[in-house]
Amino acid sequence: MLQLNPPKKVYDVCIIGSGAGGGTAAKVLTEGGLNVVMLEAGPRLDPDKDFKEHVWPFQLPHRGVGVGGRQQGIGNEFMAPNGFWEIEGEPYTTAPGSSFRWFRSRIEGGRTNHWGRIALRFGPADFRAHSTDGMGDDWPITYEELQPYYDKVESYIGVFGSKENIVNAPDGVFMPPPKPRCTEILVKKACDRLNITCIPSRLAILTKPLNDRDPCHYCAQCGRGCKSASNFSSSQVMIPPAMATGRLTMIANAMAREIVLGEGGKVEAVSYIDKNTRDEQRVYAKAVVVAASACESARLLLNSRSASFPNGLANASGVVGRNLTDSVGSDLAGYFPQLEKMPAHNHDGVGGMHMYMPWWRFGQKNEFLRGYHIEFGGGRDMPGVGGFEYVCQEHEGYGISLKQKCRSTYGTFIGFSGRGEMIPNENCYCELDPDVKDKWGIPVLRFHWQWSDNELKMAADMQRTFRSIIETAGGTVIAGTRRHPQKSAAGASNALEQPSARISVGGAIIHELGTIRMGTDPKTSALNSNCQAHDVRNLFVADAAPFVTNPDKNPTLTIMALSWRTSEYLLNQAKKGEL
Amino acid sequence: MPADPLSRRTILKSLSICAVAGSVLRVIPLQAAEYAHHIIETEKADSKSAGYAPKFFDAHQYKTLQALCETILPADADSGGAIEGGAPEFIDLLTSENAEYQAKLAGGLKWLDSTCTARHGNAYLDCTQQQQNEILDLIAYRKSAVQDESLSEAVEFFSFLRNFTADGFFTSKIGIKYLGYVGNTYLVAFPGCPRVPEL
Repeated sequence: MLQLNPPKKVYDVCIIGSGAGGGTAAKVLTEGGLNVVMLEAGPRLDPDKDFKEHVWPFQLPHRGVGVGGRQQGIGNEFMAPNGFWEIEGEPYTTAPGSSFRWFRSRIEGGRTNHWGRIALRFGPADFRAHSTDGMGDDWPITYEELQPYYDKVESYIGVFGSKENIVNAPDGVFMPPPKPRCTEILVKKACDRLNITCIPSRLAILTKPLNDRDPCHYCAQCGRGCKSASNFSSSQVMIPPAMATGRLTMIANAMAREIVLGEGGKVEAVSYIDKNTRDEQRVYAKAVVVAASACESARLLLNSRSASFPNGLANASGVVGRNLTDSVGSDLAGYFPQLEKMPAHNHDGVGGMHMYMPWWRFGQKNEFLRGYHIEFGGGRDMPGVGGFEYVCQEHEGYGISLKQKCRSTYGTFIGFSGRGEMIPNENCYCELDPDVKDKWGIPVLRFHWQWSDNELKMAADMQRTFRSIIETAGGTVIAGTRRHPQKSAAGASNALEQPSARISVGGAIIHELGTIRMGTDPKTSALNSNCQAHDVRNLFVADAAPFVTNPDKNPTLTIMALSWRTSEYLLNQAKKGEL
Repeated sequence: MPADPLSRRTILKSLSICAVAGSVLRVIPLQAAEYAHHIIETEKADSKSAGYAPKFFDAHQYKTLQALCETILPADADSGGAIEGGAPEFIDLLTSENAEYQAKLAGGLKWLDSTCTARHGNAYLDCTQQQQNEILDLIAYRKSAVQDESLSEAVEFFSFLRNFTADGFFTSKIGIKYLGYVGNTYLVAFPGCPRVPEL
């Protein structure tokens, strides 16, 4: 049968996923001369049609919160097409006693279309975790080995920030940061008094022109997508130059099902479901780069079974799906009466914080290992549904005095979010659910999750810190969030005694990673120091699955730096004919 | 539809051609994006319809809802009130799609009318201003429910409606202007803070 078909097309590389990792790989590999086919599980993105930049709430009948008021937060009507917590027909399950949330983005560019643009380098100690405090493992590479790739990524995508020389929070190639907002000046004053480091944030948003991209126009709407591509997304900044080489073939709506092992222990094809026809198709390639997001990539390997790999492709070690981590998250908001005196002014700025607090107690003896950074925001943001609950509950009544109270307290709320390092533990992992398949017939993931004591202590410490910053800045702790401030019923001090009530659900911070880890020992890792499978030399992973630690720095910048490094290695191997 | 031959579609079409021709990046030049944005805004303003047919509430309920919304956030010297801000339409639309909201609001309106009828022989709308204020003063504060537990659902209803009205009014054009939000625009540089706040 096979010989009757026309000669099959064999690409140099097949990349699975078009987000931060896949987009970077596509750019580096195609510009290096390779022919690449990319499988994306969702549709192509059209910024012109898909982005809701500059739309006012009153221009949408549901004012942004969707049918029945059910689309709030990250899934609201304003956001760029960015995926969902639940996808119809594509479930995931959690083991009894485990809670886990998984945000999946099936669209060109993946989660980079809406991410917070927080672009923090990991520090030298983050790569040497075990050597530093005896817990977890060291990476097989050092900060110094990745540093040139951080430089390349930042120079290409554009990141603003400031040189600070902070231990383990390395400076990068920075554009100038924007001026602080009123809320940020207030919080910095409190931080100065408390000896908490508060510096300009580091976001992948242009404050100067770069490569035909206009600088930011300060509308604060990065999460909606930016038509002028003044912030970074893979769909606008990585995929287009790859396309321009003429060597990238994008297959949209293609749900990868299995990576097919060929002769000589190498992979030869990827089998996928064409979502439009529901037919199974195959693309052939000399090498495969998996960049479907950490858990989706693990799922794909676990679903790629063969006689050589009965437990899943490149999984002789059994570590695929293991070592799953997310950031430790905790939030607290405050009301700041002195902000009532601020005159009306444009407070928008970039789509994210202009200042943040990097971990300021590095090397000190703390109640927990590792550290966290603090993000904060609030003030005179564009008014939105949910923003008036606190004042309505506080004032009660009705009439002109209520209306005036809503005006005087508008813009006086600031929310704080801690993002901390979780140490991998044996109770947190994903595996194939033996009973459940998605609508394409592909076995789904089942998650196991349990925070350890270290994370609970860290979340409790975040709460104490937030409270001291809020009170030092002259504010009052309130319940809810800054976009949805609420009057405290139980009292926030109560929550301090139960840190489990103040720690995020696993996966909820959307920094899940570590499920196909790299390492020097094939018995305890799936990938070598080039993110190449120990067992399959033409198989690579280029998302956050290879990460050995999950430091408090958001993973996206490191995904891109590591993918760039992996792609250069792959390119060299291809040129030497080693694949 | 605007008579202007330079329609939104034409502009956007030419923009995407520019973007493809001028750059490998999928970028719309800033000035052009800004221009297109203003055209869209004008189009939307033009197409705004005058009448509104409620989707969930019957005529009597909707009139009562409008009266309550306007009482919660009335017109004053600085701006129009909740009705001009479109709060009742917003509440009706979302309620028509949400069973939980339906139970809360329909139940609350029913309680209001039956309580008014029992006390004054009239539905809420037909009560005197003083009678209306009296009943609202009873349900607009949590302390009433503490004093008389049978009022707790009515207090919860009013609290829900107050919050819903605030959501609707303060996300309207006039509500946003009333608050003094001055962003959602195009700036060349971010100006920073006009007056540094004290600790």
